[in-house]
Amino acid sequence: MDENKTIMLAHGGGGRLMADLISRTIVPKCGGRSVQLTDAATIDVPAGKLCFTTDSFVVKPLFFNGGDIGKLSVCGTVNDLAVSGAQPLALSLSLILEEGFEIAQLEKILENIGQTASRANVRIVTGDTKVVEKGFADGLFINTAGIGARITGAVPGFERITEGDAILINGTLGDHGMTIMSQREGLKFESPLKSDCACLHELTSRLYNALGNAVKFMRDPTRGGVAAVLNEIAVAAGVGIEIDEPALPMDKTVQAAADMLGFDLLNIANEGKVVAIVAPDAAARAIELWRSHPLGRRAAVIGRVLKGSDHPLVELVTKIGGRRIVQMPYGRELPRIC
Amino acid sequence: MLERVEQAKQTIQQACTRMDRPIQIMEVCGTHTVAIFRHGIRSLLPPQIKLLSGPGCPVCVTDQGYIDIVLELAGRDDVILATYGDMMRVPGRAGTLERLHKPEIKVVLSTDDALALAQKHPDKTVVFAAVGFETTTPASAVAVADAASSNLHNFCILSGHKLVVPAMQALLGAKNDKIDAFMCPGHVSVILGSDAYKPVAERFHKPCVVAGFEAVQIMEGIAAICKQMAEGRGEVESVYGAAVTPQGNRTAQAIIDNMFEPYDGPWRGLGFIPGGSLRLRPRYQRFDALHRFGISEIPAEELGGCQCGRVLCGLIDPPQCPLFARKCTPDSPIGPCMVSTEGACSAWYKYGKH
Repeated sequence: MDENKTIMLAHGGGGRLMADLISRTIVPKCGGRSVQLTDAATIDVPAGKLCFTTDSFVVKPLFFNGGDIGKLSVCGTVNDLAVSGAQPLALSLSLILEEGFEIAQLEKILENIGQTASRANVRIVTGDTKVVEKGFADGLFINTAGIGARITGAVPGFERITEGDAILINGTLGDHGMTIMSQREGLKFESPLKSDCACLHELTSRLYNALGNAVKFMRDPTRGGVAAVLNEIAVAAGVGIEIDEPALPMDKTVQAAADMLGFDLLNIANEGKVVAIVAPDAAARAIELWRSHPLGRRAAVIGRVLKGSDHPLVELVTKIGGRRIVQMPYGRELPRIC
Repeated sequence: MLERVEQAKQTIQQACTRMDRPIQIMEVCGTHTVAIFRHGIRSLLPPQIKLLSGPGCPVCVTDQGYIDIVLELAGRDDVILATYGDMMRVPGRAGTLERLHKPEIKVVLSTDDALALAQKHPDKTVVFAAVGFETTTPASAVAVADAASSNLHNFCILSGHKLVVPAMQALLGAKNDKIDAFMCPGHVSVILGSDAYKPVAERFHKPCVVAGFEAVQIMEGIAAICKQMAEGRGEVESVYGAAVTPQGNRTAQAIIDNMFEPYDGPWRGLGFIPGGSLRLRPRYQRFDALHRFGISEIPAEELGGCQCGRVLCGLIDPPQCPLFARKCTPDSPIGPCMVSTEGACSAWYKYGKH
């Protein structure tokens, strides 16, 4: 096997091959400057609170329309920081490679990691590489962790959500999940589906900076989709939630794909969406702030918080005025999409 | 659209005022069952109207004996089992296809994919678990025809195909007084044609209304049924517009008829329905998995404790089953109505309070 073309167990063995892989491929592709790597990164942080998060990525396929596992691994962690009211500062990057994985593919993924991080103005400051025997992973798994500095005045929390608050989303539902599933099932549509995978820190900071504590809570509706996030909020805040079906932004092709496979877009994963709960009098300004950003063109108020309840429910008012419950998704119908 | 919904609501209300008893409507299509929940249709109807979910989900009506044969064949080393995804998690006596963890069990989206498997693996026999009503049967028939014309000897189907109309007749013939009318399946009716329901409407004097799957079409279907009942009529009617003709798709009907013959096969919860199941005609017997593997027939079996059969007959709503949402959930289903996304139990679980 050619050591220049595919990953071998020795690439994770701690010797020359591994050092070469890190210094010649991983570090430069990810935007690193120094190959004098130390055991831990030392970074300057501003005064105030730090946010810290981690996420692992096992998406299949590794490359999809609108992104790849690399872009996803940066956006996912940046977004977890962003919705928590933090300005992302630095990420770690851990790769678990399967023996036999093509180095050319790895390079493509690393390039996307570098570009995405650079655009998000966040540095990759530390990392790790492991190689497992063929059959013990599926090409490549990635873990990223990240730290960010909490924006002054940002105080998101379930306990601050009260009756009357408005529920917002920055755009269409389910684009990522349906893209992955369609690609996996080999479904083709006239206009191809595209994942919404994107870093959302500019959208979230706009709201936190302009509206301060009128922003009650934010979360990115990834696995389980908007339905999961709203159910989590309802239970944690002990409130009812009502959403309006006609207000939900949906892409027509994505909707057609979901109908064909029998899925409800409320349950489908997003990777470039944020759900925000804001005070009612701040909703119009929030929508204005989002719509003036490319990632928020189709932002909309999708519902409202109802009064507190011991049995909090999320309900949908349908297009014809009917009501139904939106359950916490349960299924394994959506395997490995992030 | 909202005006049409309002109009339908008014018609329904007027009919309810004239009738002083409950109106019980059975939908015979899993897609209708799900759509009724998704659109919140029940919340718009007077309490007098009761919607029952009938035997309209292909996986749900598939008998336990069939599932066990599928599991048995899937366990053989010389077989690749190709199946629609829903079947993967239906429990049989020997577990589920999913739990067999065999790479030779393949989920396919079409019969073309199953044929391609047979071409790719000439050393194995590909068995396609062919279930469904008149909507999926033509695809199975075409696959067998293709296999015959291209001498693809390592392909066969295990036919679990079923016919909708005999099931409707069996339900009414069993003196099921819970059914006042049928909302007939949209997709199946595109193939069958609305005239196919005439024997049901005429013999039992029950309204049979074909409806589409949009919220407004379902509301108009219910309104048409209520109007017929209030006027003492029991006729065939379609509110699905141009998609459904009285005669249906003659080409698809001919394809089915050329390849399959009706016989008295087992249905879950309904037993053996006269002429309710389809098997390959004798001239295509070599593509019949039963014939190829020397299995004499699909036995009728029931799974203990599971009330899916009674749910499918409209005798109980899913929450009345003691297993519902307790031992039987979508994550760990006991009966097929909880497995299939179009199953009544799955829909009640997903959209209801519990």
